[in-house]
Amino acid sequence: MADTAVKEQKKYTAKDFQSDQDVRWCPGCGDYSILAQTQRVFPDIGVNKKDIVWVSGIGCSSRFPYYMDTYGLHGIHGRAPAIASGLKMARPDLSVWVATGDGDLLSIGGNHFIHACRRNIDLKIVLFNNQIYGLTKGQYSPTSEFGKITKSSPHGSVDHPFNPVALALGAECTFVARTLDRDPKHLQSIIKAAGEHTGTAFIEVYQNCNVFNDGAFFHLTEKGQKEDNVVALEHGKPLVFGANQDKGVRLDGFTPKIVSIDNGEYSKDDLFVHDENADNDVLAYILSRMTYDPELPTPIGVFRKTQKTTYDSEMQNQVNKAREKRSDGDLDELFNKGETWVVE
Amino acid sequence: MENNKSTKQKKTETLDEVVIHFAGDSGDGMQLTGTQFTTSSAIAGNDLNTFPDFPAEIRAPAGTTYGVSGFQIHFGSRKIHTPGDRSDVLVAMNPAALRVNLKHLRDGGIIIANNQGFTPKNLKLAGYEKNPLEDGSLSNYQVYRVDVSKLTANALEDLNLGSKVVERCKNFFALGLMYWMYDRPVEPTINWIKDKFKSKPELIEANTRALKAGLHYGDITEIFTTRYEVKPAKLEPGTYRNITGNAALALGFITAAKKSELELYLGAYPITPASDVLHELSQYKNFNVKTFQAEDEIAAITAAIGASYGGSLGITATSGPGMALKMEAIGLAVMMELPLVIADIQRGGPSTGLPTKTEQADLFQAIFGRNSEAPVCVLAAATPSDCFNIAYEASRIAIKYMTPVILLSDGYIANGSEPWRIPKAKDLDTIPVKFHTDPENFMPYSRDEKTLARPWAIPGTPGLEHRIGGLEKQDLTGNVNYEPENHQKMVNYRAEKIERIADDIPDVEISGEREGDLLIVGWGSTYGSITSAVERSRAKGKSVSQIHLRHLNPFPKNLGEILYNFKKVLVPELNMGQLSTILRSKYLVPAISYNKVQGLPFKAEELENKIDELLRG
Repeated sequence: MADTAVKEQKKYTAKDFQSDQDVRWCPGCGDYSILAQTQRVFPDIGVNKKDIVWVSGIGCSSRFPYYMDTYGLHGIHGRAPAIASGLKMARPDLSVWVATGDGDLLSIGGNHFIHACRRNIDLKIVLFNNQIYGLTKGQYSPTSEFGKITKSSPHGSVDHPFNPVALALGAECTFVARTLDRDPKHLQSIIKAAGEHTGTAFIEVYQNCNVFNDGAFFHLTEKGQKEDNVVALEHGKPLVFGANQDKGVRLDGFTPKIVSIDNGEYSKDDLFVHDENADNDVLAYILSRMTYDPELPTPIGVFRKTQKTTYDSEMQNQVNKAREKRSDGDLDELFNKGETWVVE
Repeated sequence: MENNKSTKQKKTETLDEVVIHFAGDSGDGMQLTGTQFTTSSAIAGNDLNTFPDFPAEIRAPAGTTYGVSGFQIHFGSRKIHTPGDRSDVLVAMNPAALRVNLKHLRDGGIIIANNQGFTPKNLKLAGYEKNPLEDGSLSNYQVYRVDVSKLTANALEDLNLGSKVVERCKNFFALGLMYWMYDRPVEPTINWIKDKFKSKPELIEANTRALKAGLHYGDITEIFTTRYEVKPAKLEPGTYRNITGNAALALGFITAAKKSELELYLGAYPITPASDVLHELSQYKNFNVKTFQAEDEIAAITAAIGASYGGSLGITATSGPGMALKMEAIGLAVMMELPLVIADIQRGGPSTGLPTKTEQADLFQAIFGRNSEAPVCVLAAATPSDCFNIAYEASRIAIKYMTPVILLSDGYIANGSEPWRIPKAKDLDTIPVKFHTDPENFMPYSRDEKTLARPWAIPGTPGLEHRIGGLEKQDLTGNVNYEPENHQKMVNYRAEKIERIADDIPDVEISGEREGDLLIVGWGSTYGSITSAVERSRAKGKSVSQIHLRHLNPFPKNLGEILYNFKKVLVPELNMGQLSTILRSKYLVPAISYNKVQGLPFKAEELENKIDELLRG
């Protein structure tokens, strides 16, 4: 035990979070990066390994807990947020993370996801969004684009996709962010920010499935394309993008529009200034709607970060108050509650 | 105690047992009337058994037959096992109540009818062309037409209350009249009224007056010539309270958590008839109880699994349709080998079925209802108060064997009540829990030699970081493993672990001769009806033996031996023959099924006739 105590005090390295299991994702999968960045940044979230639990559902992404040398629970399809919720309620002292995919979280597990968000239970949910079912070998998912041709939609999918960020905002999630598997620094910073948030934190990671949906996000991740297609959200800063940082997003009423800021007509002062802590969620929602608009850049970063009471701490408070106010669970008193009578 | 001794001389008859059925519109307060009569009878020292019968609709249209709400109480100076096959007295607040319940009234039984309820409109709604109180069709019964509404209104006349409020007090008038007729103490009800309406003094006055008006009416009116006395029953000495099955279940779980020093975590989704378990447990946070009203049945159980993984006693409570939704998660708990109790308060099915009616047709679902080989321990409560013991027993087995345990109750015992002899907390055994803490050679799927339980290693323990899940586990390490021999080995382990529970449960006790012509095998809520039927048969000089199973998977070890000692084995069930199928397959005995699926419990009389038939043939 003494050894463990010493080990707890030293600063972790990425290696401390690598389990002894062989990683079995397809070579080239975006999941490798998510795993590596998580392992790299976890020493910085300041939580003892023994107090971290990764919970997952079913799918490629859900193998994630096996590869993290923390506590881990690989659950059943779609139920990770519910399993994690129960765990966090029972053990508010733990740092509980959910690894999930677009099918797992938004299709079979959609109900648990929105309810975790609205309760603001203190979970960190990392969505590996590759817009395809990978483990079942290539059917369209709830985030696949309309018209997508897959094994199960040979004539094109007639499903309209979910916008996960908008969904999380609509479900009153208190921390909503998006990042990219192929942008390691950004990915690390978002994981760290989620780790520091108290309440439900939702991260959508655009993740490349190089086998069934290769290149789905290359316009956002590859040099020469990403500069004009991605706008990075930074708190308190105007929305500027472009290879030469010469373009910006300006709000025309409630409609975001692209403007040039190098021709003298507009300056940075005219642009949409990001406020992740804004009281109302209208601005975050406008940003979320830019996602599928082909005219506009896709935002990455923290869309919204607010504070409200968490379900787990409120639940614990009620228990603590009841124990202070009433007897601390006297069974005889409980059994004899109400009308009793004695038989001699 | 305020006594209601008669001032006029009226004849008093002594009875061993009485069955009263209170019936009216769902808004008439019949459940309240019934529970008040129950408390009063318990305090009078009778043994008793009750059953509420209410519609699935919250407030069905007034006056309709499907809106009738009833409450039956059977009380006596002898041991009472059931709410009674037939009622001796029917209190009918309107024609629909009469129409629905008349068939359960014995010949010559008493009908107390609220005259004002029998309006032309209500008669029509109940499907009567003529008023049955006047057309002679009830000549087989003793009919008392009482102006319940009118007399209540008279008693409250000077209080200046609205007519709706006055109308709502009429159930207390009827209750008062029954208190007079059966010489019950009124004080407990007066105290209840005072407490219930403490912020509304005018309602304390109104309801108390209505109650007393009913009491005095019995005394002064000429129409009642007889009152009845039911002497106290000879019950085992002790302190008693009346308890419903669902309340007993909640107390059993709290006790198990306290005795194991674990936090109790209930994940639940509202469902009839299990919701009361959630309501009850949510009141007891000071016992370190956390209750989670989940977004659906699946979240309810998976959250409980998460809590168990974290070191709580995770439980969930539901009914048949919810049970069906939970099955995949139960399989996960089987695979992860975590303690979990799933209480299934059965109701009529399939699908939504008969939400407020009873049935015991989830036995197959409990034992077999998962994909692949996923054995779990299955227990069943026999009576309302037995729900306390069975909740405790289910928790004990779940913790000791690191396994899900399914606990079967049903709508009949969940809502029914009986006197419960209150145990002393210190007399109840502790449930030892040992969380694994030693990181030296830690193996998540190593096993206890005796129970085959794996270690319970909870997050937060230094050095035990490990991963578990629903994929097949490698023996010892718990790592994902797809090797053929390993899978066989793990399937065998999971099966044997459940089988070994048989070494840890009592032999089933036999009532009657150890061998003979006829053995009756029951399980669950049919205990009362079977016991009454057996007692009646024995009183006629017949030799019938009885066993009642509380452990359904695994069975008690002596079950086979008992079965082989009888020429005939009768298995009465409120399903199409589920236990009998299992007994036939496991023990190769020609068990005879006796089945009923009408949403109702067995009548003792039905079983008595079946026993006669089998012993004749």
